[in-house]
This record gives sequence, structure tokens and C-alpha cells, in this order.
Amino acid sequence: MTGTAAYCGHCGREIGSDPADARGDEHAACRRRLEMEPPRYCARCARRMKVQVTPTGWSAECVAHGVLSR
Amino acid sequence: MTDILERARVKVLDDGEGLSYDELVEVLQLPTDQIPALLQLAHDVRMKHCGPEVEVEGIISLKTGGCPEDCHFCSQSGQFTSPVRSVWLDIPQLVKAAEETAATGATEFCIVAAVRGPDERLMSQVRDGIAAIRAAVDINVACSLGMLTQEQVDDLKAMGVHRYNHNLEAARSYFPSVVTTHSYEERWDTCEMVRESGMELCCGGLVGMGESLEQRAELASQLAELDPHEVPLNFLNPRPGTPFGDQPIMESDDALRTIAAFRLAMPRTVLRYAGGRELTLGDLGTRDGLLGGINAVIVGNYLTTLGRAADADLELLSELKMPIKELAKTL
Repeated sequence: MTGTAAYCGHCGREIGSDPADARGDEHAACRRRLEMEPPRYCARCARRMKVQVTPTGWSAECVAHGVLSR
Repeated sequence: MTDILERARVKVLDDGEGLSYDELVEVLQLPTDQIPALLQLAHDVRMKHCGPEVEVEGIISLKTGGCPEDCHFCSQSGQFTSPVRSVWLDIPQLVKAAEETAATGATEFCIVAAVRGPDERLMSQVRDGIAAIRAAVDINVACSLGMLTQEQVDDLKAMGVHRYNHNLEAARSYFPSVVTTHSYEERWDTCEMVRESGMELCCGGLVGMGESLEQRAELASQLAELDPHEVPLNFLNPRPGTPFGDQPIMESDDALRTIAAFRLAMPRTVLRYAGGRELTLGDLGTRDGLLGGINAVIVGNYLTTLGRAADADLELLSELKMPIKELAKTL
């Protein structure tokens, strides 16, 4: 996820859609999971992405918003 | 030292014989204060019967997701509401992954597909992929393509596949709680065909799926009976949307007991750290396992999740004075 993300890359839910957001911790667990796995949802539109993990990195493709990689 | 550890020292360390099911149950029930002695014994067994070298492997998913099977731990099943989408890797990307794996010092590169068994399209892709890898990089190629026919076993051997992975996944008595779309016996049959072909057999499983201690001992005993060249040991990483998605993460002490028990069941096998160790054991536990019977690692990432950075594992092996097995010694 980035600072401008509208959706969570792990669970695909809209950022700020839950009351817990007011405490700033709605997606803390998702952020921890994203340290150990690639995002599955596009942060801009929440579409499920095509994700390829390789031994040294990953890439995630949203049909509307292109490819993220690390 | 408790009685079971004394008996295991004589039977496994001195005589090179694996522990029985009943003895493995005793090992898995050892109290926490006995874990350091248990790990030391498992390490001594590994050093005596296998040596200090560690085999390093990288894995890649050639075909991800959309699997018709219902393995309850797997995010790649098409039967669950997992976020994993179906995707195929092309051959240039496959070769690039093999090159990156070889650059870490790994001697084994395993091509994995989420399928019940390979169809002609997949066999063709594997055939072309292996040829391209062999033209570009010096590394053993392994495959994990599900259940095989005898003809497919023969084809893979002719392609030069060095090792074939097909896990039992769980003890026979727990298997129906893990998979319902195929049987334990079907898995066993593929494993036997692979072993008889002359390819090395890689066969392991997962723990932390809700099985009992007795079923962990049962899995170790059944693997010992199958006698694979390599046993990958996975710890459940509960995946969202799967039937096991809400399972608790296995306690690290139980994971360490399991590692040692597997080593004491199979004193000469290549016992590999596979998926889930980062979550279950963390950095400190990873070290403990390498000093408790493990003598092989999957380096870098897994099929759909990320692993420790390859550099971190390689630095740890260097610190522990465990040399990486060279390619020439794996043939």
C-alpha cells in the first residue's frame, strides 16, 4: 500500500471505510501480512491482480492500472 | 537426559536406524526443558549421517492458481474464495528465475504447477522450459506437477528431471480431513513410480494443520517407510479464504520438536526447511532448526508468499559454518 492508496492491497477493502480507521489501525494486520506476501488487490481500484512470485521478487498486474513489482 | 533421548542416541546416532512410530510420539511429547537436548541430538545425527553441507534450492510457480483439487491449506485451489488468480509464467521469465536462483549458490531449481496432474500443454511447457534452462544455466532441475502416469514419469526422466516432488501432505489417518478430491493412495502411487524410475523422490508434508501429535509421528513414520531422497517440511501458513485459513499458527516449540522428530525418523534424508518457517519460527527459530536436524533450505520466496531474503539465509549458513552443497556433489 502507498500513502495514496484507496484500497488495501491485502484484503481489497476501501481504506477509511471502517470506524477503526479513526484510530489509524484498520489495516495494521494487512500491512504486517504484506511484509510477507505480495499485494493481491490493486490499491487504486481493488481489482484482483495477476501475481507472479519468483525466488527473488514478485510482480502484480492490474488489468486497468498496470504492473507493480519488487 | 530422559529415557527416549538415551534410546534415540543409541538407535539413531550410533546405529543409523530411524525411530519407530511409538518412539516418535515420545519425542513429540518431550517437555519444553528437554528441547535443547533433543535438538542437539538431532543435529549430531545430521552431522554424522549427512555431514555439514546444506542443500539450497529455489522454487518457481510455472502455473499458479485455478487448481481443481481441494487441498485445504492451499490458496491455489479454484474451489475456495482465495484472492490468488490463475497465471502462467512464460519461458524467458522461467529461465530468468533459474538464473537468479543459481546466482544464490543453489543447486536445485524446482518448477511447480498447481494442477491435479500435468496435461499435454503443461508437459510441453515443461519440456521447452527445461531445455531453455539447461542451455542457459548450470543447475539441477526438479519438478512438482501433481500426480503422474507411468508415461509421464518416463517423459520427465527423459527430459533430464533430477528430482520430482510429490508430498504426502499429511498422515494417512488425517489425509481425508485435508484433501477430498484425491486419495492418499493416489499420492503414494505417484511417489513409488518416481522412485522406481531412478529420479530422486522429494516427498514431505505440512504440519500445524490441526493434526494430533500422534498424526505428526504417523506422517514421519510413513515418510520413512517411503524412504524419499528429500523431505520438505512445511509449517501451515493459514491462507485467507481456505478451509484452514483460521487455524492458529503452530507454536515454535512444537515446530522444533517436529523437525528433530523427522530427523530421528530419517537419519540420512535431505530434510528441507520449506514454507511457513518465517511465520512459525522467525529468525531465531530458523537458526535453531538448522542446529536441530535441518540440512536443506528453500532460498528466497515461495510459490505465492515471500520468504526470508536469500542473503539472510546465506549469511546465517556462513555464520553456522555450514557450507552450501556444490552442484558436482548433488549428481
